[in-house]
Amino acid sequence: MKAGTIHGLGVSPGTARAPLARLAPPIRTAATDPVTEEPEAALARIEWALGAVAAEMAERADRAQGVAVDILLTTSAMAGDPTLLTVAGERLRAGSPTGHAVTTAVETFCAQLQAHGGYLAERVTDLRDIAARAVALLAGVPMPGIPAPGHPIVLTARDLSPADTATLPGSDVVALLTEEGGPTSHTAILAKSLGLPAVVGCPAAAELPVGVPVLVDGSTGEVRIGPDAERGAVAAGLSAVRPTVATGPGRTRDGVGVALLNNVGTLADAVAAASTDSEGVGLFRTEFLFLGRRTEPRVEEQTDAYTEVLRAFGARPVVLRTLDAGSDKPLPFLPLGEEDNPALGVRGLRTSTVFPEALSRQLTAVAEAARGLGRSVRVMAPMVATAEEASWFADTAREHGIADVGVMIEVPAAALRAGELLDVVDFVSIGTNDLGQYTMAADRAAGALGHLLDPWQPALLDLVALVGAAGRARGKPVGVCGEAASDPLLAAVLVGLGVTSLSMAPVSRPAVHAELAGLSAEDCVAIAEAALGSVGARQARAHAREVRDQRWSVPE
Amino acid sequence: MASRTVTIASKVGLHARPAATFSRAAAASGLPVTLSVGDKEPVNAASILAVMGLGVGYGQQVTLTAEGAGAEEALDRLAELLAGEEAGQ
Repeated sequence: MKAGTIHGLGVSPGTARAPLARLAPPIRTAATDPVTEEPEAALARIEWALGAVAAEMAERADRAQGVAVDILLTTSAMAGDPTLLTVAGERLRAGSPTGHAVTTAVETFCAQLQAHGGYLAERVTDLRDIAARAVALLAGVPMPGIPAPGHPIVLTARDLSPADTATLPGSDVVALLTEEGGPTSHTAILAKSLGLPAVVGCPAAAELPVGVPVLVDGSTGEVRIGPDAERGAVAAGLSAVRPTVATGPGRTRDGVGVALLNNVGTLADAVAAASTDSEGVGLFRTEFLFLGRRTEPRVEEQTDAYTEVLRAFGARPVVLRTLDAGSDKPLPFLPLGEEDNPALGVRGLRTSTVFPEALSRQLTAVAEAARGLGRSVRVMAPMVATAEEASWFADTAREHGIADVGVMIEVPAAALRAGELLDVVDFVSIGTNDLGQYTMAADRAAGALGHLLDPWQPALLDLVALVGAAGRARGKPVGVCGEAASDPLLAAVLVGLGVTSLSMAPVSRPAVHAELAGLSAEDCVAIAEAALGSVGARQARAHAREVRDQRWSVPE
Repeated sequence: MASRTVTIASKVGLHARPAATFSRAAAASGLPVTLSVGDKEPVNAASILAVMGLGVGYGQQVTLTAEGAGAEEALDRLAELLAGEEAGQ
């Protein structure tokens, strides 16, 4: 195979191009390998090898950061599991060669985990890696691992083990491509946390020759090969082989500003996002202060927490969302009782109408934090359905001394009458995840309904278009703070529909920045029209992609 | 023989991380502790692989047993771990 395109599952956004390199494959063991030692001696060596693997994983966990720590510690615990030795001992006494006893002992547990599916089945990769490492130690050969040629590479493998992925930071790897793995595999989790573009579940990757240039698009799952990769790299504006790094404020090619903000849910998130060139916070979820508490946090405690977040962002705008609680996230100090259907029950701002004092205390703390720092702050309410609710919230917030007040558009009724809501508030922010669930009558937690929750559903885009038009007519900002904002192509559609700011996880920002920088405002409108004129989510995505590919050009 | 029946509080069930925390605590008790669910064979609670292999989900009931001095106290601690929020983190 010299040219063409193959597909997998895009699990970590971004685009990168480099020659392909393959992970050194593990040694295969077989029942027919020679038996060279007595079972007791073999078992002692296996105990040593597994112990060494457990120790190495624990040591790597010490040096790792974030999600990698847990994965490595769990892997270390699995390598040190005494049951593994018991099973290997049985195999040795039945006449198995040493290395193969390790392989088959591990495979016994792999079979059990695979039978459960889902998350447990995906841990099989971690387990096989333990065996591969122990077998390499027993045979006295180098450990399987990541090649280091001294130039950028796209790394491909059947799947990556935690030990492999833990050594990715600082390596030559600019993107990942694996034959196996799903959206919750640690390859996906770690790639996302490292900001490395990644495509998983791509069996065709097994056929690719080492050294061929490949272009990996971690958003769409598309992998272009050979000359196609070179052409694609030019189209995507990749002059260098490193992933594009976005700097400066978000804007279209013709200079229309689109603020690229971050969603934050904890103080740690906020501090991390503030250290990037983020333009501010589009959604600061305040639930972390309240969940798991027996009593409501005092005003002083809330003030301290809000102060910390506002201070981290200096003069950059921060939109704080007031408490989003409901019977699905019960709080002992806001007793709402059981509901048969919490998604349609008392939640979001509705909770605040039942317990107005709690909202008042939160707004007092927010205003106090902003006053203390001498800076401004914006607040918005979740789950607003009518202009009356929006008006009540705006009045309440202004009474507390907060000038810039908005509401979230998550209920179809609010999108349909967005103009009335915008007349009484200063801005709106569309929560595409909830708006999608209520538009399609599909529970966000129901896996089987995933296709209905696709943010490319034209019905959802129609509602976004209504809100965008209402904002344009009044000259008021319309933001998006759902998953949709982190998909570069969909971000262009949203801008074309009149959205003026996009809020997303920090890791998604560079790809969205680069996409918008290559499109004019008019291009975005044309891409949006292509999506709106489609039947179904799949066609909307395809039509938008077609127009985008004709129009995108390298920013000057 | 001491025994406890507990409902799993971890929202993700006894998957990798909660299983690691639990099996480490079981090993630290120094007693032979078993874990069983439904009519499956009881397994060694100190073995993370055996615990994960049971595939225990959120809200399922499991039974712990232990023998020897301090068994009651050890099971109290382990039951608390399975029924508490910590295992779900």
